[in-house]
Parts: sequence; structure tokens; C-alpha cells
Amino acid sequence: MATHVRAEAPPAARSSWRSRLYRFDLKASPYAFIAPFFLCFAAFGLFPLIWTGWLSLHYVDLLKPDVMEWRGFGNYTRLWSNDQFWTALRNTFTIGVISTVPQLLMALGLAHLLNYRMRARGFLRVAILAPYATSIAAATLVFVQLFNPDYGFINWMLDLVGLHPNWYSDTWPSQIAIATIVTWRWTGYNALIYLAAMQAVPKDLYEAASLDGANRWQQFTRITIPSIRPTIMFTIIVSTIGATQLFGEPMLFGGGVGVSGGSAHQFQTLSLYMYELGWPSRQLGRASAVAWTMLLILLLIGLVQFLITRYRKRHELGG
Amino acid sequence: MAATLSTPSPREAKSADPARPRGLFRRKAGDHDKAGPVTYVLLGIAALVSLFPLYWTFVAASNTGERVALSPPPMVPGGELWNNISTAWDQADMGLALLNSTIVAGCVALSTVLFSTLAGFAFAKLRFRGRNALLTLVVATMTIPPQLSVIPLYRIVTKLEWSGHLQSVILPSLVAAFGVFFMRQFLSEALPFELVEAARVDGANSLRIIWHVVFPIARPAMAVLGMLVFVQSWNDFFWPFVALNAQNPTVQVALSGLGGGSGHDINQAVIMTGALVGTLPLLLIFAVLGKHIVGGITSGAVKS
Repeated sequence: MATHVRAEAPPAARSSWRSRLYRFDLKASPYAFIAPFFLCFAAFGLFPLIWTGWLSLHYVDLLKPDVMEWRGFGNYTRLWSNDQFWTALRNTFTIGVISTVPQLLMALGLAHLLNYRMRARGFLRVAILAPYATSIAAATLVFVQLFNPDYGFINWMLDLVGLHPNWYSDTWPSQIAIATIVTWRWTGYNALIYLAAMQAVPKDLYEAASLDGANRWQQFTRITIPSIRPTIMFTIIVSTIGATQLFGEPMLFGGGVGVSGGSAHQFQTLSLYMYELGWPSRQLGRASAVAWTMLLILLLIGLVQFLITRYRKRHELGG
Repeated sequence: MAATLSTPSPREAKSADPARPRGLFRRKAGDHDKAGPVTYVLLGIAALVSLFPLYWTFVAASNTGERVALSPPPMVPGGELWNNISTAWDQADMGLALLNSTIVAGCVALSTVLFSTLAGFAFAKLRFRGRNALLTLVVATMTIPPQLSVIPLYRIVTKLEWSGHLQSVILPSLVAAFGVFFMRQFLSEALPFELVEAARVDGANSLRIIWHVVFPIARPAMAVLGMLVFVQSWNDFFWPFVALNAQNPTVQVALSGLGGGSGHDINQAVIMTGALVGTLPLLLIFAVLGKHIVGGITSGAVKS
């Protein structure tokens, strides 16, 4: 429709109106295009974030949320001296480590294997991604069955070698069980992300290396890993964030709303602790303090990761 | 998401020494990416581990509760599937839950894809003040845990009397930072500046450019993003669990209701049936579109 404007050489007045419109369009439309994201974030992300911070300085009851009693940093100091908070923090950390580290290592290995030319490649890739389609709720309920100490499939297998761990009441087994659910759901997804990165590595690098006599392991460690390092960093960051927010798995693993993270809170995470404070215990102020503590921890982790990357870069540039 | 992060650093890219006797080693060199038996065995185990819990869900859902609670547990499907489905339907209104999840995930996927494409296009191909700072801000928002906004969101939702209604779940996720980032990466590579410029010279305004240039080129990425967002939204648990209730649940909220109670008086087979019903739609989509989804995730890198 607009094409003939150029051909006809329109009168001056119309042209200046057009060009003004054109310039307005050029200036304003980028902002119009990004506006939905920022409006949505402001309304449902930033504003609640600040509100949570404000709430965390008060005593607030879930049922009477308009009555706010000033507490200052009281909610935070109370956390500091609360054993359950430290347990939840430690659990979040240990479950995070035992789910993230094996998950990413296995994903890396799987991606490397999936990168080979082979039969049934499409099927294998889809099969390994399939757990990603399962929800937290469904996956956890299935694993609750598989880990059941009395009739679960896993103990039935372990019985054959004389092991009979209780996946619910003991600290380490229960945390390993939860980490298993997380690892099962996310390994395939991460493997595909690594695979995407690996496919961008030039093939002649590998040919050159194999001509130079490098075996597959050497090719993997000396070419593949360094080439996809940015992607590895990205998955580490994303998984760390995910691990900090773990909620559904430990909650449903404990058998529903009643028991929060095990009888001795042996697998209660920070998110679950926050939920317990905010909803069953109705103390929104204290729950908000937990939420903000989580943000501070994430910022701290982010800072450490940033410093490591910068140090690495400097180091490499220097050498 | 992997698209950008995968560009290998140029310092790695040295070429093979031309002086080496290539001909002699050609066979060996051509074999460098061919799978050996070990690869098949390892990947076979991985596929088995990935698929077994899904298979077992089906086994448990098609047996009686008593059979599921035996040791050793059943390993082959039984004939109780329809019975269990109807019990699960009675216990947790799975039909409504499936409908709700479809509506929520569909709306969230559509709007996220639309807004992410617009914003991604702006960040990739348009010049404006503060572009880099705003893009950094978008990425930074990804690190904020959703738990931080849950309490105020809950207040907002109850004040507006949206609690228990689907809009309380849809509205907060209309657009996602990940989507903006994903589309920006794709369009940076796939859409040449010249095309946008040519359209402008022809007098097309921004909306026409979006419709006639950006959308057609972005279509494959939009499809993959739509799938990923649909899956994510379908599987979302924390906020729907807080905002909705058993009268008007999504599939995940309904499932958590089935799972409640102590271990002995509830029918485990029915719980597994719920899990199966809640997962099956996505698994079917994966089975049909699996190759395209995997291709979409893995192809981003090839273009860079």
C-alpha cells in the first residue's frame, strides 16, 4: 500500500506530514515493542518485589493483611537465630549441589554422545528430552512410588544387593531422592542445550585433532569443553537459580500439605520454609524476610560467579 | 537460548596443517564423529532411565491399588486403566483441570510469543536510546525468584477478587524475559538489516514490517518458543498452587490434591492415573512434534 508514495513524488505538505509520521514511528515504535515486557515486569515483578521488602520489615497476619506492625529488621534477626532457617538453608545448598553437579556432568556427557553420527538419533534425542515434558507434580508423585521403602521399585532392586535405605526419614537418602527427581527432569534438557552449542564447533577442528593423534577423550576435553564454555556458564547460572527455588519436589515428596519437608525438616528447602511461614503459619512478614534473604543469597552467588569469570578473563588475557 | 552462547571463540579455530599427508588418513578422519558400540550402550541406558518412570506410570495407572502396593511391584500394564481414570475424575475434577491448563498454557504461550517477538525484534534490529541498558535489565530479571513476588501478588489477586480464577495465573506470565532474549538471539542472526531497511525505503511503517517481514522470518523460532512456554506454563506449580484452589484447578493443582493424605488409605493407582492424565497431553505433543522441538532447540547454534 505504501509503495506508491515513493513513485508518485507527493506534494510537499503531505510529504512533511508523512515524514513527521515516519520519524515518530522510527522513534517511538521500539519503545512500544518493548513496553509490554517492562509494563508486565513492573506490575507483576518489580512492584511486588519492593512490596515484599516492605512487608519483611513488619509483622503481618495472612488473615489481616492490612494491619502492619513495624518490626524493623526483627524478622531478619529472628531468622538468624532460628535453627529451622539454617536447616532449610543447608538443605537448599546440599540438595542444590547433589542435583546440579551430577545433572550438568551427565548432560555434558550425553550431549557429547548424542553428537555422534548414529542410527535412531532422532528417537534417542526425543527419549532423553521426554522427562522435560513431565511436570514437577507428576514426576514427584511417580518417584514417591518408586522410592517407597515398603513396596517401591527402587528398594526392591536394592534389596537384591542387601541395601534397604529409608528414602523418607533419613536425611541423606531423602535429599538424594529429591535430587534424583530434579536430575531426572532436567538432564535431557541441559543435554540438548549443550548439543546445540557443540554443533556450532567447527568440524575441521576435530578432524585436525584426530589427524594429530588426539583420542576422543582428548578431543572432548581440549576442543569441546573450551568451545562451549559460555554455554556451560549459562547452564550453571540457570541451574543455580532453579536449585535455590526448589519447592514442588520437596513439598509433594513429603506427602502433601500437612508435613513440610519431612518430620524433622530433613528435606525442607528455603522456598518450602517460606511457604510454611506465610500460609500454614500465616506470618507474611517473616515469610517475606525469607524471600528477601533468598534474593540476597542469589545476588551473592551472582557476584561470586561474576568475579570468577572476570578473574578468568584477566588471567587468560594476561597469559 | 543456547543460540548465542555457543559461538566458539576464534582463537580455537585454527585449521589443519596442510603439510600432513591427508590422503593416507582420510578414512580415519572421516570416522571421527561416528558412534561406536559404547555410545549406543550408554545412550540406550540413558533413554531407558528417561523413559522407565513414564512407562511405570502407565503400568501403575492400569493396575489396581493393591497390585501397585505389592513387592515386587507390577511390571506389565493391567486392565484397570478406565476404572482408575473414572475414579481420578471423581476425586479431582480432572476434566476441568485439563481444560483450565489448556486455556492457561495456551494464552500464556500466545501472548509470550507475540510480545517476545516484538521486543526481540526491537532489541535485535532497531536503534534507540538505552537499548543495551534495557536489554541487560531484561536478562537480569531472569535471576529474580518468583517466590519474591508471591506474597504481594496474592494480596493483589485477593483484593481484585481474582483468587481462584484463571486470570490470576495468566496475567503475571503474559511475557517472559527468557522469551525476549530467545527471540532477540534468533532475529539477530536470521533477519538481515538490509531487509528491514528495504521495507522502510518502500515506505512500510513498523507495524507493516513486523507483519510482512519479521513474523514470516521468525516463524520457526516462534514455534519452538511457543512449545517451550506451553510446556513450562502447563507444568507450573508454585503460583497456581497458591492462587487457585481445588474448585477451579489446573492439572498440577489437581494432582497435588490427589497426592495429599497419608500413605495407606489412598489408592496409589489413582494417583498414578492422575499423573498419567496430566502428562499424557504433553507427551503426545512431544511424540508428534519431538523431532521439530529438538531440532528447534539444537538448530539455533548452527545459524550463528
